[in-house]
Amino acid sequence: MLGLKFSDFALFMLVVLCVALAPILLNPFPASSELAQFNAGYPDLLQRFVIFGVFAVGFNILFGLTGYLSFGHAAFLGIGSYAAIWMMKLLTMNVIPAIILSVIVAGVFSLLVGYISLRRSGIYFSILTLAFAEMSYALAYSVLTPITGGETGLQPKLSDPRILDAELSAGESPAANLFGIGMRDSYIVNFGDWVFTFNAGYYIAGLFLLVAFYLSIRIFRSPFGTMLRAVKSNQNRMSYTGLNTKPYTLAAFVISGMYAGLAGGLLVAMDSQVGPERMFWTASGEVVLMTILGGAGTLIGPVLGAGAIKYMENILSKINETVLKGWFEFLPDAASEWVVLFLNMFTGKSWHLTLGLIFMLVVIFLPGGLVEGGQRIARLFGIGKKRNQTVESDSAASK
Amino acid sequence: MSTILSVTDVSKRFGGLQALDVKKFDVTEGTVHGIIGPNGAGKSTFLNCLIGKLIPDTGTVNFNGKSVLGLKPHEINQAGVSRVFQTPEIFSDLTILENVMIPSLAHRDGAFKVNWWPRLDTDSEIRNHAISTLEDIGLADKMHNHAGAMSRGDKRRLEMAMCLSQSPKLLLLDEPTAGMSRADTNATIDLLKGLSKSHGLTKVIIEHDMHVVFSLCDRISVLAQGQIIAEGTPDEIRGNPKVQEAYLGGVEV
Repeated sequence: MLGLKFSDFALFMLVVLCVALAPILLNPFPASSELAQFNAGYPDLLQRFVIFGVFAVGFNILFGLTGYLSFGHAAFLGIGSYAAIWMMKLLTMNVIPAIILSVIVAGVFSLLVGYISLRRSGIYFSILTLAFAEMSYALAYSVLTPITGGETGLQPKLSDPRILDAELSAGESPAANLFGIGMRDSYIVNFGDWVFTFNAGYYIAGLFLLVAFYLSIRIFRSPFGTMLRAVKSNQNRMSYTGLNTKPYTLAAFVISGMYAGLAGGLLVAMDSQVGPERMFWTASGEVVLMTILGGAGTLIGPVLGAGAIKYMENILSKINETVLKGWFEFLPDAASEWVVLFLNMFTGKSWHLTLGLIFMLVVIFLPGGLVEGGQRIARLFGIGKKRNQTVESDSAASK
Repeated sequence: MSTILSVTDVSKRFGGLQALDVKKFDVTEGTVHGIIGPNGAGKSTFLNCLIGKLIPDTGTVNFNGKSVLGLKPHEINQAGVSRVFQTPEIFSDLTILENVMIPSLAHRDGAFKVNWWPRLDTDSEIRNHAISTLEDIGLADKMHNHAGAMSRGDKRRLEMAMCLSQSPKLLLLDEPTAGMSRADTNATIDLLKGLSKSHGLTKVIIEHDMHVVFSLCDRISVLAQGQIIAEGTPDEIRGNPKVQEAYLGGVEV
């Protein structure tokens, strides 16, 4: 099915289903209820889920397969974003040329960075990629201001040429679209007390995630992907086996750079703006966290990790002191004050503390990430196969 | 029988130490050639010069009529030389079957190919070839296990299967029985003898253990202080007073 073996096909279909139904699945609470703030089914966040899913899936092709830990992948995301916004300024507000150019430009740039950085491995490689990303960030802020807009970043303006687009009528502002379908167009369904928003931009980005995810499955199961896992396992053996390891690592680096560029292009397609902070080192660190939290080297892990981190970033950070006070009103004053004070360390502005704790727990107790957690729960209930049986069934399916 | 590997005047210095100075070393096609010598004699340096890990300071190394001097390890392997390491080097994170499929792929597709669309597990040519190699060497029943979990003896067999799956013209073995018990050593000798019969490939064995060398090799070269001090059949070597001296001390020959 689609050239995939059954277990991969089932996983892919599950992801298709989740992407299609996310606006419903992630909005389980009625709009008027207290818990509505835990709903994640609004367009802006959904778009972030899938875009950072693309970013993490690409990062996993480099880190999960070859074991090379890049600390500068946000640079490719940022460069993809700048390429996309320039397409929007010069050519058309249609997102397709913007996304295509963002992938190409990020690919070329990652070829250059990868060619230099991959001369070293381990921590030296990580530091080199970090240095390149920081350089890009600093350049975008300073000397490249004419291209990057410096601190203010770039947005489409009324005065931009946009040679392919028709003249805007008076009062109309340029809006990103796909052949006329606006990225902000939404179809809102009221079902009882529930409000479901089906956003065009989200579904377009979701389609890109599905394509990206499908291609990553193909890479994982191909001879090329097996070679990349061999790079991680034993490079010395590889070279004495007649394989040139350098172009393999470089190819993986460029592919993951192109995924990052795609994510950058999609971000611009959704919100039509870009600033240099997108290339800051914390953004590079975030994708590392996403991949490890979800499970590096697994197919679905990075998508889960991206979802988990973006959920916490957007939902947990909204639970501020006022909200907490509202929740614990029923307690005696003194007790409520202490509880609010305590919980406030983990929510609102300090949501990073919760992320840090969860990350620590996952790394210590579930080295395989959330995916391993899921597998353990499945085994606990007797569902799913034992570890050594998995490989057997794989080979049976292929016969 | 023609000469498959021909080495002349190969020397290597490490600082002030003349580690290697081999005037002439020829391996005849289809034979098992042993290299013995005491510790520090330059055996491993010599092997590294043959395999591309080290580039000798002077001299020529011709394999199959072509110079392989200065080529990278993967290029020398693509020319038909496989190597077994002193401690087995395998892909521990992968399954045994994948371990053998990788060298088969390298043999078929060359040193680099971005073959990312087809599935590896439906590539019946590579798969069947790998399985039949594993059957030859007696690991086929475990092929879906992780390679890292095997015993040392099995890792050694897997490494040989990986080399054999490439149908090399020359197999280099660096102390294949190092650190093994007498029983494992004998099993390895039997395995290597069996391979000689069925595959007829040329082997160069570097070995410390006289027992292994004398029971396997057709010809033996003795290295001491970087020089070949004797060469001949096992019987000739056994009776050579120079060799006795090199092994028992007093190397001034």
